[in-house]
Amino acid sequence: MPAVTETIDAVQSVTEGPYKYGFETDIEMEFAPKGLSEDIVRFISAKKNEPAWLLEWRLKAYAIWLKMEEPVWAAVDYPKIDYQASYYYAAPVKKAGPKSLDEVDPELLRTYAKLGIPLKEQAILAGVEGAGDTPAEGGRMPIAVDAVFDSVSVATTFRARLEKEGIIFCPISEAVQNHPELVKQYLGSVVPQGDNFFAALNSAVFTDGSFVYIPKGVRCPMELSTYFRINAKSTGQFERTLIIADAGSHVSYLEGCTAPMRDENQLHAAVVELVAHDDATIKYSTVQNWYPGDENGKGGIYNFVTKRGACRGARSKISWTQVETGSAITWKYPSCILLGEDSVGEFYSVAITNNYQQADTGTKMFHIGPRTRSTIVSKGISAGHGQNTYRGLVKISPKAVGARNFTQCDSLLIGDQCGAHTVPYIENRCMTAKVEHEATTSRIAEDQLFYCRQRGLTQEDAVGLIVNGFCREVLKELPMEFAVEAQKLLQISLEGSVG
Amino acid sequence: MLKIEGLTAEIDGKQILKGIDLEVPQGEIHAVMGPNGSGKSTLSYVLAGREGYEVTGGTATFNGHDLLAMEPEERATTGLFLAFQYPVELPGVGNANFLRTALNAIRRGKGEPELDAMQFLKLARARMKELSMPEDMLKRGVNVGFSGGEKKRNEVLQMALLRPGLAILDETDSGLDIDALKIVADGVNAMRGPEFSSLVITHYQRLLNYIVPDRVHVLMNGRIVQSGGPELAKSLEETGYTAVQAA
Repeated sequence: MPAVTETIDAVQSVTEGPYKYGFETDIEMEFAPKGLSEDIVRFISAKKNEPAWLLEWRLKAYAIWLKMEEPVWAAVDYPKIDYQASYYYAAPVKKAGPKSLDEVDPELLRTYAKLGIPLKEQAILAGVEGAGDTPAEGGRMPIAVDAVFDSVSVATTFRARLEKEGIIFCPISEAVQNHPELVKQYLGSVVPQGDNFFAALNSAVFTDGSFVYIPKGVRCPMELSTYFRINAKSTGQFERTLIIADAGSHVSYLEGCTAPMRDENQLHAAVVELVAHDDATIKYSTVQNWYPGDENGKGGIYNFVTKRGACRGARSKISWTQVETGSAITWKYPSCILLGEDSVGEFYSVAITNNYQQADTGTKMFHIGPRTRSTIVSKGISAGHGQNTYRGLVKISPKAVGARNFTQCDSLLIGDQCGAHTVPYIENRCMTAKVEHEATTSRIAEDQLFYCRQRGLTQEDAVGLIVNGFCREVLKELPMEFAVEAQKLLQISLEGSVG
Repeated sequence: MLKIEGLTAEIDGKQILKGIDLEVPQGEIHAVMGPNGSGKSTLSYVLAGREGYEVTGGTATFNGHDLLAMEPEERATTGLFLAFQYPVELPGVGNANFLRTALNAIRRGKGEPELDAMQFLKLARARMKELSMPEDMLKRGVNVGFSGGEKKRNEVLQMALLRPGLAILDETDSGLDIDALKIVADGVNAMRGPEFSSLVITHYQRLLNYIVPDRVHVLMNGRIVQSGGPELAKSLEETGYTAVQAA
């Protein structure tokens, strides 16, 4: 109830401009030379003091990437990217000394404070103790945050608390140093280097990202979160996230992203790999708010992301929830490989395109094990000149006896210059599997708007209310704090789209 | 007081209202009756400011405010409420959320403090009890899956919460069984007072047995052709609209 009833308050409390995260932090940065080459790959690897096997792994990815062609099948249109025009490594200059929160550049702390990201454990902990025994009364639950600024992680909170449970939550560059056996075992095991053009690029030049390991039987006591910030000009961000949930464990993870407003397009090509063993559950939520470009389609982030989870164990579960409001171009298909028997894959998505944004997003569900189940709920909202495509694949192998899938794709159109497209692929090779697909396309009806306005709501509040209602099935899957944030974001993203 | 003078309006170039003159003083309830196609719903939509209804002449003021110059939401905050003939469904939008949003929008407009979730729930529950509405209607989507009677009761609940100065009931009686009709009438009668006036638009006299109007107006072919006391409604029921037309 609160997440819903508080929505409108939250929405109305937002008085900032259309994109309030568009500021730039002025901080001393260290760059690699512009462009991409084997030397740059070596530079990044050396910078991170990586073991030889990882450098080899990167170089192999780079060699594969050189031979690959940029994919053209997505329904997105953009000028050819010059891969030599970006910086592949940009990091705030770090002062020498032990790495603790106190050592973080205050300018960075201010940046994250401005973004509403808590990097101070004490303040949050105090707040929680205050809320004490009644967390339901709105006490903020603690959230552990890994903050990635351009190419490097600048701070990770609550690590000591998590270590007590045996949980590893750290920048992946640190995991390479401290837990090489885990990284070596799992890195690229779900998304191999040659998986696709952007995954290959990422494998060659990834700079940081989060690493999570939840040991057997442990239920992670707090939300884990990574906050990605692109700050430097002409810089691509290539982060790599790896989450492993060992048998019987449970974790909820959230990523958020923003970037300054710039006229140029910046590239973001991330890879996320999830592995769930027997009876483990991973819930992965994304609130993607990269700078979307201005109202004429100038600037904005190109977001080419490969996200995939492997349900390796029996009864394991991976659930993707995404709210995609930002980026000029979104190319993203969080997927599940359902290997373990009775494993479950879920994909809940809200994608908004306004102005000249383009989104080609969806999911792939590979049913391999018997009695595997998947649910896909996709809500696409197009406004302005936005183009929104749902692209999905449900593939059921002959061994997936009794597999089930339910897919629901709803599109909402606002205005008459936008487009919504649904491209579902279903490949069923199992007689006992059951696959359902439902799809609707609708407009915000004039009578709905008039009804709301007759009750005193402004046109924009009415649109926000109706859109939030349209997305409700997806928003309720988000952790509560982020649900409110996401609802605000939906309204802001649609500002000026009606009227 | 609602004051309409020489109001003309058209839809898609077709003239529907051909010069309406009507006054509803504060504290009074007036009925507008007329056959299908006479312009009853058009009149309510024009007053509420719906798109597509073009005013071509005349004036309409409420307590001195020029209604026709305002956006629909401004008319609402001025105190105008329209109970819809066909209440609209808002899938996924919780009824409680919608009601509170509307109530707080109106309160903001009046310069009153907004209600938080708890204050609102307390108020809504009290009003629902008066209207014999099951509490679970707060939890459901706005009008989604509501029966015809439930939708109309939901309209009356909104009216009871928003406490408008002028309520236009657009054929709120259509599709209601006798029990629902009584509940709706009770809702309106409970609002009666010096600060409340209402325009009850109806095809049938039946509703007016329960909401006894101060005046009855007959709308035909875009004009008010006859006005009288409550007895006019009864005689219409006996003679039919054709008799008025012939007169």
